Amino acid sequence: MRTHAFRLASLYFGVFAVSVLGVLLFVYWMSADFIERQTQATLDAEIAGLAEQYAQRGLSGLVQIVAARSAGDRGDGMLYLVTDADGHPLAGNITGWPEGTPVAPGPVAFKVQMKVQGETLKRPAQGALIVIPDGYRLLVARDINDAALYRERIKMTLMWSGLVALVVGLIGGTVMSRNLLRRVEQVNRTAERVMGGNLSDRVPLRGSRDEFDQLAANLNNMLEQIERLMAGMREVSDNIAHDLRTPLARLRARLELSLIDSPEDGAQTEAVRDAIDEADRLLATFNALLSIAEAESGARRSAAEPLDLAQTVCAAADLYEPVAEEKGCALKLDVEPGIMIRGDRHLLSQAVANLLDNALKYGGGEVLLSAHQQDGRAALEVSDTGPGIPEAEREAVFDRFVRLEPSRSTPGNGLGLSLVRAVARLHNATVALEDNQPGLRVRLEFAAL
Amino acid sequence: MKLLVVEDDRETANYLVKGLTESGYTVDQSGDGREGLFLASSGSYDAIILDRMLPGMDGLAMLGALRAAEIGTPSLILSALGSVDDRVRGLRAGGDDYLVKPFAFSELLARVESLLRRGAAGTATTKLRVADLELDLLTRSVKRGDTVIDLLPREFQLLEYLMRNAGHVVTRTMLLEHVWDYHFDPQTNVIDVHVSRLRQKIDRNFERPLIHTVRGAGYCLRASD
Repeated sequence: MRTHAFRLASLYFGVFAVSVLGVLLFVYWMSADFIERQTQATLDAEIAGLAEQYAQRGLSGLVQIVAARSAGDRGDGMLYLVTDADGHPLAGNITGWPEGTPVAPGPVAFKVQMKVQGETLKRPAQGALIVIPDGYRLLVARDINDAALYRERIKMTLMWSGLVALVVGLIGGTVMSRNLLRRVEQVNRTAERVMGGNLSDRVPLRGSRDEFDQLAANLNNMLEQIERLMAGMREVSDNIAHDLRTPLARLRARLELSLIDSPEDGAQTEAVRDAIDEADRLLATFNALLSIAEAESGARRSAAEPLDLAQTVCAAADLYEPVAEEKGCALKLDVEPGIMIRGDRHLLSQAVANLLDNALKYGGGEVLLSAHQQDGRAALEVSDTGPGIPEAEREAVFDRFVRLEPSRSTPGNGLGLSLVRAVARLHNATVALEDNQPGLRVRLEFAAL
Repeated sequence: MKLLVVEDDRETANYLVKGLTESGYTVDQSGDGREGLFLASSGSYDAIILDRMLPGMDGLAMLGALRAAEIGTPSLILSALGSVDDRVRGLRAGGDDYLVKPFAFSELLARVESLLRRGAAGTATTKLRVADLELDLLTRSVKRGDTVIDLLPREFQLLEYLMRNAGHVVTRTMLLEHVWDYHFDPQTNVIDVHVSRLRQKIDRNFERPLIHTVRGAGYCLRASD
């Protein structure tokens, strides 16, 4: 995601840079061309004027008008020179035939020596050479120093503004893509947290009513609906558990009473006993559902007290040790003594018992129960060396009634991990399912006291 | 033995009265807290079974009034509330045991019997004896006949509880509560595994088994079948 956004930003910056450069080059080319044309137009007009004078009044007229125009600085930078066939000047404001200028009619470019405020300067000039009959030459040119300076200045201005545009573009692009990225990140992180089980999390809104805010608002509405549906589903199962518990208990009571009435053994008595066992299993499932609901509602937060996690863990291990032995599993303990946390001893015991139960039932091999304290966190881990859980299914096992075994033949109700998660939430603890290579490792992390 | 049942739910009350009568008890019943308190104040009952939520007077208040009048009749509180908080509150108010609805009748019966024994016994003993099985609470040793039996601490506690209730049914929940102090229902029947392990040590090499499984209820340690 991050690299993709960066690539996108650089692509946009590239396009931006090319277009800015294009525009600047075009502006430069247009201005340079305009100056060039203006110079040329002035020259053409001047030449046309002189040609007219020559046609009307002959050479002497030409010399006269050139001399008149050369007298004094008119400020338009026009340069004139009329020479005889040998290059001796007859009139004009250039002192002599410019060095290195070929004697051929057509456009010429040369350097002219000028005295400006007592200093002799060589300035560029551009013009045309006209050879009049009898070998006389007329040089009409224009001092293009100012134009060249002007062009130079335009070039510099454009270069600087281009540079500024690129820098601003680069900074702006980076800031903007960062900004966009951050908002996408926010959405991303919220989605991750929601998938991690925190259903009440929402994407923060900026109140700017832009597309991102609209997206966030829509996502939030969607999350709202999901949460409501999930809560509804949970409520339904909890209500079923609650409402069916009483009639089921009555059913069981009547069966029990019928046994007291006729205690003699027989096929019928056996059937009644089986029915009672079945009712007990159902009641156990309902009770498990209700205790999860209770833990999730946070109603038992008041029962939290300082307790030693190590002791809780050891007691649960003690309870399950014979079960492990019976299943041929090695149950190992690696517990650091005296890990104080704040919690509900009964719920925590039940959570640890559920984890051990799962590890022994579905995992097997070597089951390790460990509890350690580090950096103000108390970590509890239950790991086995059994088949483990594929990564894609790790989140699902926390849901109610989810059992990964397709046949669902191992006894159990699929509520064990749901309770573990509810208990963890109640304690502000994190639950993670990790790969034990091989097997599964369940890790709970509490804030240590 | 005379019992008082204070329960406002007719169905549950009938079921309790019927079951307890069938089990050989004389049962009085009341559906109201005030009336219950009046009946219980006579002090003529061996045990009281009362619901937490009662019309007229709350179950806990009734119990408190009874205890204030220095009537120590053992009592069992029934409640629809299952959390540990409620249990603690119930026991603090003067209840001797606490059972969450819905419950198995066998569970209730076992607990009531245990309450009645607690009321009767009271004498401090250092040795428990059932048939040829002897448990010494001071030296924490166990002998059956002349054979010394080595028990782990938890097995010792389990056996002690069974022996203290010898001849009576002890449910799995009661064992979990008294031996482990756990108030939840473990998914796997861990108690059975513990009991069968204890059985291996106590009964395996002996002709007459002492630990018996009571179908649909729990266990019973007794001398003969």
